[in-house]
Amino acid sequence: MQDTQGQSGRDRDTACFRTRGLTKVYGSGASAVHALRGVDLEIPEGDLVVLLGPSGSGKSTLLNILGGLDRATGGEFLFRGEDLTRASTRALTLYRRRHVGFVFQFYNLMPSLTARENVELVTEIAQNGLSAGEALELVGLEKRADHFPAELSGGEQQRVAIARAIAKRPEVMLCDEPTGALDSATGIRVLQALKTVNETLGATTIIITHNAGVADMAHRVITFSDGQVGKVRVNTERANPEDLAW
Amino acid sequence: MVGGGRFDMARLVPRKLDRKLLRDLWATKMQALAIAFVVAAGIAVHVVAAGMLDSLQETRRAYYDRYRFADVWAPVVRAPDRLLADIRDIPGVAAAETRVTSHVLFDIPGMDAPASGQAISLPDSGRPAVNHIHLTEGRLPRRGQRDEAVLLDAFARAHGIAVGDTVSLTLHGGRESLRIVGIALSPEHVYAVAPGQLVPDARLFGVVWMGREALAQAVDRDGAFTEAVVTLEPGYPEAAVTGALDRLLAPYGAPGAYGREQQISDAFISSEITQLSTMARVLPPIFLAVAAFLVNVVLTRLVAMERTEIGLLKAFGYHDGDVVWHYVKFAGAIGALGLAIGLGLGTWLGRQMAALYTEYYHFPFLIFRLEAGVYLSACLVTALAVGGGGALAAWRAARLDPAVAMRAPPPPDYSKSIGAGLTRWRMLDRQTRMVFRQILRWPGRSAFTLAGVSVSGGLLIGTLFFLDSVDVMIDVYFNSANRQDVSVSFVEPRSWEAFHSLRRMPGVIEAEPVRQVAVRLRHGAAEERTALSGVPRGARLSRMVDLDNRSVEAPPGALVMSQDLADKLSIAAGDRIEIEVTEGQRPVFELPVSAVTTTLVGSGLQMEIGDLNRLLGEGRVLSGASLRVDAHETRTLYARLKDTPGIAGVSLQSEAEDRFVELLDQSLGTSIVIYTGFAALIAIGVVYNSVRISFSEREHELAVLRVLGFTRGEVAYVLLGEIAILTLLALPVGALTGTGLAWGFSQAMSSDLFRLPFVISPRTYGYAAGVVLVIAISSALMIRSRLDKLDMVAVLKSGE
Repeated sequence: MQDTQGQSGRDRDTACFRTRGLTKVYGSGASAVHALRGVDLEIPEGDLVVLLGPSGSGKSTLLNILGGLDRATGGEFLFRGEDLTRASTRALTLYRRRHVGFVFQFYNLMPSLTARENVELVTEIAQNGLSAGEALELVGLEKRADHFPAELSGGEQQRVAIARAIAKRPEVMLCDEPTGALDSATGIRVLQALKTVNETLGATTIIITHNAGVADMAHRVITFSDGQVGKVRVNTERANPEDLAW
Repeated sequence: MVGGGRFDMARLVPRKLDRKLLRDLWATKMQALAIAFVVAAGIAVHVVAAGMLDSLQETRRAYYDRYRFADVWAPVVRAPDRLLADIRDIPGVAAAETRVTSHVLFDIPGMDAPASGQAISLPDSGRPAVNHIHLTEGRLPRRGQRDEAVLLDAFARAHGIAVGDTVSLTLHGGRESLRIVGIALSPEHVYAVAPGQLVPDARLFGVVWMGREALAQAVDRDGAFTEAVVTLEPGYPEAAVTGALDRLLAPYGAPGAYGREQQISDAFISSEITQLSTMARVLPPIFLAVAAFLVNVVLTRLVAMERTEIGLLKAFGYHDGDVVWHYVKFAGAIGALGLAIGLGLGTWLGRQMAALYTEYYHFPFLIFRLEAGVYLSACLVTALAVGGGGALAAWRAARLDPAVAMRAPPPPDYSKSIGAGLTRWRMLDRQTRMVFRQILRWPGRSAFTLAGVSVSGGLLIGTLFFLDSVDVMIDVYFNSANRQDVSVSFVEPRSWEAFHSLRRMPGVIEAEPVRQVAVRLRHGAAEERTALSGVPRGARLSRMVDLDNRSVEAPPGALVMSQDLADKLSIAAGDRIEIEVTEGQRPVFELPVSAVTTTLVGSGLQMEIGDLNRLLGEGRVLSGASLRVDAHETRTLYARLKDTPGIAGVSLQSEAEDRFVELLDQSLGTSIVIYTGFAALIAIGVVYNSVRISFSEREHELAVLRVLGFTRGEVAYVLLGEIAILTLLALPVGALTGTGLAWGFSQAMSSDLFRLPFVISPRTYGYAAGVVLVIAISSALMIRSRLDKLDMVAVLKSGE
């Protein structure tokens, strides 16, 4: 933990996320599952962070809390200095709407909307979004804009999902296994898209992955084990997605 | 032991599947219940209508048989007793009886209004060969006891008259006091309604049965009769017998013999039977068709959700048949529940209805009983409808290839929906596009939802139409066509002097003479019996009006005819018609019909009273009068009328109207509550299931929207927009359906007795739309609460 703070070259006050003693317990009594056991973490603005760790280590639980989808049982969670630990459902909805872009393993596009419309779905409710065309261009899909999800390949669907996530110019991009369902070539294209977004829009990006090779493209790699932060590594040199060992 | 263990294993497997079935049912309990109630509504209507129809028909048949109800009535003015032998000899006559009948006016202590009625003779010895009565109390009059009489049961009960009491009445102009020795029911007076009235009023219409000799002497018909009643050999044509009777009795002032269809009590029962059978034919199929489709939709969804499990079952070696049987049992459980509720509800409603019927239809017994056939047909149609709906879905499950079934289904392809282009219209936001595309992607299901909601609204309109229709009927009949307060009829035509004395009676504000004769109309081969009325020109009280309440008058020397008569005789305005008067000098003449107009109650044939009297050649006479009276002086007027000789009947319009409204409130009011409930069940079944299935299919999608930052309200719009649009579309379709249904009902349920005018008030449309909207909104709200429990976290982990 001290590692994290010591090695961070950025100002603490500009941290995007800060957690102190964050715990999450599912169930109660003998059957209680401790998913997070006191997580202290600080993620600077604009970082691309990779979360590694075995299944059940708590990384998805952390991502859910950071994304405002779930509430912590104890501790504190701040977004840009604002305490969201006990925010109302409505406040969390607004937080997701204004600040967070999600990318999922299974794309989760609306099957009844075309690629362009899936992106527009988000830009319609965003305050200062990109146009759908711009967002799709960023992921190289401008030519497939008028196709429905059922007419797109898995990789294309995932890039639409990324376009949808970035279209609102989010401050935060949260990606849970974004390449999990993709082959390596497609996975690399998707990671390239995420990197581009991180660099051009400056969105703090957190990627959960089982693929340790992906860690080389991050500013910072956080390894989870047993509901706690095990190790934090800061990459001085970052690899390009196409050079990653898949 | 080992063998036994293996055996147990084998038995355990189906039980596990049954446990899955129970769990599935529990998980879909609201949907299952909603469908079961639609089935129940259909079955209940079937049981009530078919059961009531059976009970009524069977009771009528048994009652008529046992009491030798006549097939033909042949009234005369006076015919000698010896003709009975000739009547019995007419081919086709099974049994015949002659009797003396007369109008009476009752004077009941404590009741100002005079009650009209009939005195009918009974043979002095033995039972009548035709039209026997059923004694509920006491005995028949004894021979030689001139003052003994039997009284109609309903009338006796209405006035608290018991065996041993005395009743005073005016009979043939003289006051009589009769000792009541028996109380009876009669097959001729099951529906005991006074002539010219629509609904029975037990207080205002009574019948006394007296010994033949006593009555004949009282009305000056010694050695003669005034009516022959006969039963026919089975299958013998009625027309042949009425023809023979008319020829035989013509010299004795016979207005013409008639059959059961013109016997007022039987005509009302027949009309009721027609209505019941219309209900039994139209309504249950609607409910069962809706239930079949709902079962199919719900099971199809269940099969879709359980793809993987079905794949596993089949991979484990279950046969297609096991899978089909499993899902058919699911449908069967819903059907069985609906059937049980429907049979219970139907039997209970049937008993209530039978109790209501016995208030108006005086049978010695009317038990609501269900033939095994009604139960059996209920089971059979439910099995066919629900089983059929379920089997289709189950068959789809069975056809799934195990390997395919265990893979997740591909995402639904929206690119090929019909009309998808329309949804790209720029003005539509993305959420609204989702709503429209969901509707277009499953056009069959959307159409069904639309149809279901429309049928529900249509049923409401079709039911409430009766209120509108009857309102108009009452208004036209009582406030426009018959504005008199009292109608007086004389025993025989009287001179104008009688009219003047009526007009001078206390409390009479306005009076109009009426001349009425029995006639036979002929046009081409068609022949009809009816009454021809003569009324003064510019009549203000009793007149013929059209549906816009405008008076329709006959020009000099011509007739106005009601539409129903014109239809039967194929007559249009301007045609000429042959009229044979069947009383008095029996003249025959031909007259033009100047206008044909729709009358809502009964038939009508009118001309100017002066013209009619000239044609009859009997001088200036009248057979009755219509009076408008001062409400404060009715008591004095009624007392005078009771004392006036020569008055055959007095009918009180305001009492009739009150009674009519009261009857409608009871019977129609009850039916409307029931049918509104049943129509609501369809709407609930369709809307709830539609939204519930849509929710289960799109739960994942909706959770994603929540993750993306859409508020609960915005997500609810995406889910509920579909049902909102379908419901709004269903409103005009339902209005059309209901209008058609109402038109059908107005046609099917109109009879010789009355015609239901085809009018639907804006209030009815509004009420139906309101009920449908309230149901749609509450069903939708029930499911909206589920949106709060959407699991957003699960979305991140799982695919579609």
